[in-house]
Amino acid sequence: MTLLQDTRTVTQDSAFTLYGLSFRSRLMLGTSQYPSPAILAEAARASGAEILTVSLRRESARLKEGQDFWRLIRDIGARVLPNTAGCYSVKEAVTTAQMAREVFSTPWVKLEVIGEADTLQPDVFGLVEAARILSADGFEVFPYTTEDLVVAERLLEAGCKVLMPWGAPIGSGKGLNNMFGLRALRAHFPEIPLIVDAGVGVPSHAAAAMELGYDGVLLNTAIAKAGDPAAMARAFGQAIEAGRAAFLAGPMAPRDMAAPSTPVVGRAVLT
Amino acid sequence: MDALNRSGVSKTLLVNGVLREIDAGTLAQALSALDYGEAKVATALNGEFVPARLREVTPVRDGDRIEIVAPRQGG
Repeated sequence: MTLLQDTRTVTQDSAFTLYGLSFRSRLMLGTSQYPSPAILAEAARASGAEILTVSLRRESARLKEGQDFWRLIRDIGARVLPNTAGCYSVKEAVTTAQMAREVFSTPWVKLEVIGEADTLQPDVFGLVEAARILSADGFEVFPYTTEDLVVAERLLEAGCKVLMPWGAPIGSGKGLNNMFGLRALRAHFPEIPLIVDAGVGVPSHAAAAMELGYDGVLLNTAIAKAGDPAAMARAFGQAIEAGRAAFLAGPMAPRDMAAPSTPVVGRAVLT
Repeated sequence: MDALNRSGVSKTLLVNGVLREIDAGTLAQALSALDYGEAKVATALNGEFVPARLREVTPVRDGDRIEIVAPRQGG
């Protein structure tokens, strides 16, 4: 009984808090590319996600597609994190964020300033500048960044209180391309919420991010493009919980050579 | 305030990348003429955000670029 109590003490989790708001689920879900709105809603619920990313796009007066989409998101009931996806300049990103704040009634913005079309990697110089402008204007910025420590430092100076480094290029499903860099970022900023955003392909990638001590994972394509998005959403939810529990439990230190797990002492001599 | 009133003469506006002939003095009148009604949208005029509360006092002129956006799927 004592042992069980001790274990519970060790694995007591802290809250997942983003700009003063606490969440139970550490999975943040994108809403794009699902086979249908109904499957999006089903996958969102199955994932347990309490935060959904959304965007702004041109609205046709005739079709009014955005109005239907907004009703669907409101029915799901999660908090929304609007993005500035597709913005290649500071001005575009800032203007998009301003429009998103009005439409979605939230100071949150997932800030993307893209620097290169093939990799969709962030323009970190523009990102820092846009983050500074938006933070000064009262936005709560979630910057989509790389694992670069110096850029991370600049983003924090600019006013960001969350960092979202990529695992791999958006939509690539490659997983965590730079484990060393992600580990270094975690070690450098132990008190800052860190979320792996982009590049996650399968639940083991998400679990690996959580085992590193990351606070959450943001993903979209891996669930939307799965054969059964709701089932995959559930699997990701479980992997993220398992990874978090493993981090809290304290993973063993890896070593290069084998170490017998069965006691050597007492082995029968049978030669 | 004349600029804020409909003139009866259509203006050529680039709305979401499409040229439109619209009789409108303000951004609010342009949205109404384009039949957006009460739709949840955000607007930008010539690349600058225009808050909803300022649409009625924001004049539109020949050749202006208007962007009208709404919630959409995003990652």
